[in-house]
Amino acid sequence: MAITTLREAIEAHVHDGETVALEGFTHLIPFAAGHEIIRQGRRGLRLVRMTPDLVYDQMIGAGCADRLTFSWGGNPGVGSAHRVRDAIENAWPGPLAINEHSHAGMAAAYVAGASRLPFGMLRGYLGTDLPLVNASIRSVTCPYTGEQLATVPALNPDVTILHAQKADRAGNVLLAGILGAQKEAGLAAKRLLVTVEEIVEDLGTPMNGIVLPHWVVTAVACVPGGAWPSYARGYYSRDNAFYIAWDEISRDRTAFTAWIDRYVRGTADFPAFIAALRADGARP
Amino acid sequence: MSGGARPGWSPDEMMTVTAARMLWDRCVCFVGIGLPSAAANLARLLHAPDIVLIYESGTIGTRPDVLPLSIGDGELAETASAVVPLPEIFAYWLQGGRVDVGFLGAAQVDRYGNLNSTVIGPYAKPKTRLPGAGGAPEIAIHAKQVFVVLKQSPRSFVAELGFRSSGGFLEGHGARARSGAPGAGPQAIITDYGVMKPAEGSEEFELVARYEHVTVAEAVAATGWPLRVAASVAILAPPQTEELEVLRDLHRRTREANSRPVKLPV
Repeated sequence: MAITTLREAIEAHVHDGETVALEGFTHLIPFAAGHEIIRQGRRGLRLVRMTPDLVYDQMIGAGCADRLTFSWGGNPGVGSAHRVRDAIENAWPGPLAINEHSHAGMAAAYVAGASRLPFGMLRGYLGTDLPLVNASIRSVTCPYTGEQLATVPALNPDVTILHAQKADRAGNVLLAGILGAQKEAGLAAKRLLVTVEEIVEDLGTPMNGIVLPHWVVTAVACVPGGAWPSYARGYYSRDNAFYIAWDEISRDRTAFTAWIDRYVRGTADFPAFIAALRADGARP
Repeated sequence: MSGGARPGWSPDEMMTVTAARMLWDRCVCFVGIGLPSAAANLARLLHAPDIVLIYESGTIGTRPDVLPLSIGDGELAETASAVVPLPEIFAYWLQGGRVDVGFLGAAQVDRYGNLNSTVIGPYAKPKTRLPGAGGAPEIAIHAKQVFVVLKQSPRSFVAELGFRSSGGFLEGHGARARSGAPGAGPQAIITDYGVMKPAEGSEEFELVARYEHVTVAEAVAATGWPLRVAASVAILAPPQTEELEVLRDLHRRTREANSRPVKLPV
């Protein structure tokens, strides 16, 4: 485990063509890390995420990925993830192959990955067409009852990236609130990068609070606000107005690219990104 | 014309109120975002104070003061009786058979209550790529029953789904039961024209109730398959003053919350 800068963490641990999962289910989405991947111009990533929403809209629109494993892709409560749609429908800025699941299937695949099992199992996908378009959704016969159960191959990303509230100086990481499949995605990965709101002397973790111990964490970078426009419980709330505003920014290729060029590619790091947005009165 | 062309309330309000009335106190309801979430919370604020609302983000028994924009807004966690990891919500709580009602929306539905929320046009070369199934396939399988809320038009109520994201009664005539799905499947579709329920035997959805201001002929015309009509079609009571007031107040609080500036610690 190393405490480092976000730039160094992405330089050292995220490489072109790798399978990369940025997790966070509405809460604690690692936006700053996604931006740094765009800045460093990563290409050909095989992105994994249950809910590719704004962070993957940005990364896919910026040309970082050529494959996406997911179970729901949109701007929650607002509408389409326009850049993800444009990539699937029109291959812009490049073709995007998809590997589509249901949430329950993808959760089972992460659990299998964290458990180092070859596949996850569920009573799922009955009556859906998903297995017709995703050949990796198969079935197994229960050796005890004879029941047919759905299976999904384990997900084991090369790198999982999470955002969390706190780490201590040893690199133990605390998450609290809505957890999504972060713990499973983190433990399923070969390398685990975590951005945090702050680094503290003592985590003060409540019993059964979710801690990823330092010896499963590859690197920690302190990036306050790094989940914006999603949220970090106890630090700031979800910027729903920005999610609504993103619909307009992302609908048009030119407007989207101008936004990415000015605020992400045109800034050195996350604090500079926030400063540029503020300078333009474009929040937060 | 739309089923909701009516002074006094909007089609969305009419559908939300009608859907809310179908929920009962203490039922365990797995809620989708949007109109289902509004209906479930309206029920909680009116006649079902102890309804247990579960959102797929892992919040159990949540009592939000404002409607979440997303399935995992902080409001849902802060007001929940338990917050559990996402794999657990699907495995232990939904697949475990602990959900009474699954409340779903979709882009399209067919006569057997199968849903499409994935794609319009060919999957490999979509005309419109939709967000995808999310939690719905397994909600549709495991909830003891499912309610569907969807505005009616020949484009949304279709003879043939381009893609089946979530199973209803599949091909009807007992196909669902033979598939091994534990839940009873969709028991009502609430639209802006009225309510459809599955006919016994065929499991084909038929019109069983309509709003006062729409005719049966209009409901049939707004359906992309030859809609069967029950022998007796009930008239749904229009939204009552209290229902509308509570719903509008909820939406007003939500708008205020969504426009509140966020303070970042940087």
